[in-house]
Amino acid sequence: MSFTQTIYNTVFRRTSSYALAIVVGAVFFERFFDQLGDGLFDYMNKGMQSHMQATCSKQWKDLKQDLALRQSSDEDE
Amino acid sequence: MFARLSRGRKVLLGALGALTAGGAGVVTALHVSVSADEFVHPPPLKWSHNGLFSALDHKSIRRGYQVYRQVCSTCHSMKYLAFRNLIGVTHTEEEAKAIAEEYMFMDGPDEEGNMFERPGKLSDYFPRPYENDEQARAANAGSLPPDLSYIALARHGGEDYIFALMTGYCDPPAGIDIRDELYYNPYFPGAAIGMAPPLYNEILEYEDGTPATLGQLAKDVSVFLRWASEPEHDQRKRMGMKMLMIFTLLIGASYYMKRHKWSVMKSRKIAYRPPN
Repeated sequence: MSFTQTIYNTVFRRTSSYALAIVVGAVFFERFFDQLGDGLFDYMNKGMQSHMQATCSKQWKDLKQDLALRQSSDEDE
Repeated sequence: MFARLSRGRKVLLGALGALTAGGAGVVTALHVSVSADEFVHPPPLKWSHNGLFSALDHKSIRRGYQVYRQVCSTCHSMKYLAFRNLIGVTHTEEEAKAIAEEYMFMDGPDEEGNMFERPGKLSDYFPRPYENDEQARAANAGSLPPDLSYIALARHGGEDYIFALMTGYCDPPAGIDIRDELYYNPYFPGAAIGMAPPLYNEILEYEDGTPATLGQLAKDVSVFLRWASEPEHDQRKRMGMKMLMIFTLLIGASYYMKRHKWSVMKSRKIAYRPPN
């Protein structure tokens, strides 16, 4: 039995298993797609390298890291 | 019908048409020349958030907030912005709480019906420098400092305009008189602005050590005001990118489905066999 035949018999043949496959597939696909999109967006907004700051990225999470670094270096002094 | 007219009438009609078109042209040209502006349009700048998918520079927003707080807020309100709006954008929750607590707010009534003052909370909106517009005008020689909450959307050119205005102060050219309380700024519509040049080199010290030059201050406050006008900016671009990605997939799938379903329709052949 070929691979497509197996898939057909286990998933597509019965409406119940087909519907279940759609729901489960949607959950995993959305998670994958969201992470892909966020990853791409973060990559595009990495910003330029600079000597002035630990990181020179643009987004809030990068600023947050900077703030934490600044705070810990303040405590060291 | 036109062909049946006499030669004289054709010439007359042609002349009339030419006159109408020429008249319209003259009127348009005059109108365009009258509607020419008496101020300079701000040049478009290369903001780092200009791209289709480019986020705002949050470090710049944070510095811009500092500029607003230490300079602009002495005259300009931002009444639609609350301290909680800073969380997760420019400040952590602890920092935002600390900032809010620096200000006293009127609250109440308490059990005896009296109003009382209390330190600010995250849910409080930015304090206003003046109680009302009349007070603001009275304190500023008749000029009303506009609320800055949505100013980047409320002015043509947005952040380009703000930057140009901040850095555009200069001496008026010969022949233009500026009243005593006003200042010359070619980017301001009418060119006479009530606001004194607000930013100078080293007017404040940035906490992250960025040199506080006039250009840097103006840029940071412009980015901050853009964020204030459009707090959804980053999320909008992020969702836009995901939208384009998913619809590319879906359009491809729809096209395949269409071809799939129509393949039967397109390849079938209907033949008429007349009965013998």
